[in-house]
This record gives sequence, structure tokens and C-alpha cells, in this order.
Amino acid sequence: MSELKTIHLNLPARTEDLRQLEIGSVAYLAGRLFTAREGVYQRAIADGFGMPAGKDALGITNFHCSPAASINPDGSYTVGAVTATASFRFAQWLDGWFRLSGCNIIIGKGGMTSETYRQSFVPNNAVYLTTVGYGTGALLGRGIKRVAGVYWLEELGLAQAVWVLEVEKFGPFLVESDLAGNSLFERENAKIAPGLERHYAGTKPATLRRYGETDDKTKEVI
Amino acid sequence: MAKAAIEIPDDYLDGLRRCADTEKGDLSAFVIKAMLENYEAAKEDRRAMCGDTGLPRWYVKIGNEARIEGGPIALEAALRRATARATTGVPLRPNRVHPLWRTDHNNNVGINAPEIEYAFHPDADWIELTTVHKGGLFGTDYRMLFPGDGIEGIKRFYLDTLVGFGKRGLACQPAIVGIGLGGSKDTSMVLGKQASCLRIVGSRNPDPRIAALEEEFKELGNSIGMGAMGFVGSSMVIDCHIEVGYCHTGGMPMSVHMFCLSSRRACARIFANGKATFPTDPMWFTDYMRRETIEWGRKAAEAAE
Repeated sequence: MSELKTIHLNLPARTEDLRQLEIGSVAYLAGRLFTAREGVYQRAIADGFGMPAGKDALGITNFHCSPAASINPDGSYTVGAVTATASFRFAQWLDGWFRLSGCNIIIGKGGMTSETYRQSFVPNNAVYLTTVGYGTGALLGRGIKRVAGVYWLEELGLAQAVWVLEVEKFGPFLVESDLAGNSLFERENAKIAPGLERHYAGTKPATLRRYGETDDKTKEVI
Repeated sequence: MAKAAIEIPDDYLDGLRRCADTEKGDLSAFVIKAMLENYEAAKEDRRAMCGDTGLPRWYVKIGNEARIEGGPIALEAALRRATARATTGVPLRPNRVHPLWRTDHNNNVGINAPEIEYAFHPDADWIELTTVHKGGLFGTDYRMLFPGDGIEGIKRFYLDTLVGFGKRGLACQPAIVGIGLGGSKDTSMVLGKQASCLRIVGSRNPDPRIAALEEEFKELGNSIGMGAMGFVGSSMVIDCHIEVGYCHTGGMPMSVHMFCLSSRRACARIFANGKATFPTDPMWFTDYMRRETIEWGRKAAEAAE
């Protein structure tokens, strides 16, 4: 079995740093990143509140995640484990989000479609890193050195708030999309799909069909 | 609850190691290796193995001779208190929100949450509490099949669910796959979930024909060419468990559930004298649970064997 290529990236990453990322290689991060998911997108973009702070305070790496965290009586934070949430649900906000946030790395679970990469990521010189497993919550938790700030805690609650995290050797992640918009998951899907027919041989489609159902094995549920 | 969130159960771990031994896909093998390191890190640091600590829930099995101080109301209050305490203590992610207003009590307690399911056991004075923290979004599906769909229809829906949620690893496989067959629609869902979350890896249904189907489905799932995270490989199914319930004569409802790379389950059996044991196996599905007879007694028990 071949060893996977491993890259250590300092945040914020420059475009030339991202050029060395090939789909399927392993990445570890050091520096500052922040969590944001549907609650933040809704508030920042759709509700028009804009970003809760500037790029210096937040960084330009967006993690689709809510940490398993709690607030101590003295106001400090305990962050235990962090694991990404599935990203495909957030595609609708991405164009506005890249414009607003200036992000060039999105970290999440399961990636997005190559169509989304070409439309929204490539013009913004952005890549997608996927968490591994899922999820390596404890390993990622170890990589968090400090909570640098929490925004919109009152407005969105603990799970949806913006958590700004200082990280070191934060990973592992796999490069899911590169600067050209290629997708690792779609490459793997294409390898697996032709072999599926053989295993379906002899099985029967259900008598009661589902409205809109397809038997195309190259389709995805996202 | 901390044990469930932090320590991967031994039966799942052994099953995953067996997958790792035969995995030839380099990406899939990398994923499993990272997960094995993650379990170690979780135990060493006493932190949750996965940041999505799922929807914590309870399974309560009550011995027929057991009496609960304060009655069932006190028991339910204690389980809700334990859930809230573990949420800040471990910490767990406060995942539970109102479905429409998205309000979050930050303690995983709310309307109809956590779920508490009950079962009973003859000739016993203990109470067994099992907590399961299962992810809540992907890897589960239900379908109304009919008797004419037969085993081949069951196989098709099983493959559809595996492939559909296996792509991109949405199901967080390799998983303990639970299949609920029969019952009412809701029973089929409940049985499938219990089969994935409460039966340990390596256990088999006592009906030899169902046990053979479990073996066949496990092999089938691991031969579709897909592994961890939906990468090319062979690690999809740690084990397959099937549970059945009598259903409408015209139907054959089926559910599929996947208990993921963070198969979080912990069990405590509490005896009348206050002592407790912590078995790996919740022993949820017993001869009594799977009984076919009206009455339960010595005779019925012998007939079941």
C-alpha cells in the first residue's frame, strides 16, 4: 500500500501554498480558523448582518463544525472534540460567503459537488479539505491550542456560534478539491460505480416505487 | 454517558481491526488507521471520540422483580438529569433543538428528548440502563416492501441504502448495519435501530435462516468495492444484524440503520443491593423479547429453545 503525500499548511494560506494540494493528499493545519455553518450563513448573508469580525480576527479558513464545547463558570471554554458536519447542505450560500468572508479553505464532511467547486471555489482560489473517518474528533480536539474568541453565541447558541480557534498540527484532513475544482469523492465514485451492477444482478426493484426514484448507480443523494 | 462518548466498545473495535487487516484501498486504509489513533487519543485525553456526539438516548430494561424508588417518573427525571449533566461534563455537543424554532436548551434535553425505550426481563431484580449516542442524519432508511418483493427485494433496498449513504462516507462506515423487517412501520424502524445499536458484533439471530442472511449480507456489503468514506475498498460492514416482527399479511416493511465509526454504547446493570456491573453486551434481544407465544413461563421458554 502506498503512503499518502502529506502537507503541512500555515494559515492563512496563500494561493501558491494551495497550488501544492493534490486531491487525495493529507493535510495538517497550523494557525487560525473559525467555525461557521447554516446559522452563520443565514445571519451573515441572508439576514444581512455581514461578518461578525474582520479577517485578522477570524482568519480565512472556514470549518463546517460545531465543537463539543462548554462554557466554564469563569467564562473560559472547554473544547473536547470537534468533528465536521456534512457540507453539501451549504452550497446555496457559498457565492455570497466567499465574497463576504474572503475564505480560501473550507473544511467539512463529505465535500460538495465538482459543479459547486467549478462555480464557486475556483473563481475564489479556494479548496475544500475533508475531515477523515468520520470523525477524528479527539485527534482534532488535541490540535486546538486556544479558543481565540466566540461570536454570536447569544444569537445562535453554542452549536451554531462562530468559534475562532488557534490550532497546531490540526488534522488529518484529505484534500477533496484542488484549485482546478477536481473532486476526490467523485473520482472514487466513478471507479466504484461500474462494479456495482454485478452485485445488483438478480435483485428486484421494489413493487411500490418512490416518486422521482432513479436506478442510475452513478447518481448521488446529495 | 462519558464512557459511551469516549470509549469505543471492544466488539466494534475488534471488528474494525479485522476490516483493517484485509483493506487493500490505500485511502480507505488510511481512514481506518486515523480512526484507530483517534480512539486512543479519546481514551488518553478523556475527550469525546467524535465531535458530533449524536443524539444521546436511553434503553431501559427492567427486571420483573425490580422496584424503582420513586417509580418510573423518578427514573425518567434521573435519566434526563444525567443527560444534561453529561452534556456539560464530558462535554457533549448540545445537538438537541426544537425542529421548527431551533431553540437549544444546551443540555440535550427537550420535548420528547432524550428518547427512553423500555423492555422487561422475567425472573430478575435488576435494571439495565444502556445509553446510545448515535449520529442522527444519514445512513438510515425505511421502505414498504411487499411479500412478492421477496429476499431479492430486501437485498436491493439493502444495497441501495449502503451505496446511497456510503458515497462520500455519509454513513461514516464501516458500520454495524441493523435491519428491521416486519412489524408496523414504526416497529420496523425501532427494530432496525435496536439491531444496529444494541446487538454486539459477532452475535447472530437465533433463527438459523436469518443468521445465514446476516452472514450473506455482511459479505455482500463488503464486496461492492466501497470502503471507509466511500473510497475504493472493502470496509463497509462490520456486521449485519436482522431483527423481525410480525407484520400485516400484505406487507413487508423494512428499515436499514448504520451504527457508525463512532458506535457509542455503554451499559450498566444495577442490582437491588445497589451494586452495578458494566457489561459490553446489553443483551437486549433475549428469548423473552423474541417470544412468539401468548404466555411466558418455563414451558414457553423451553419451546423457544
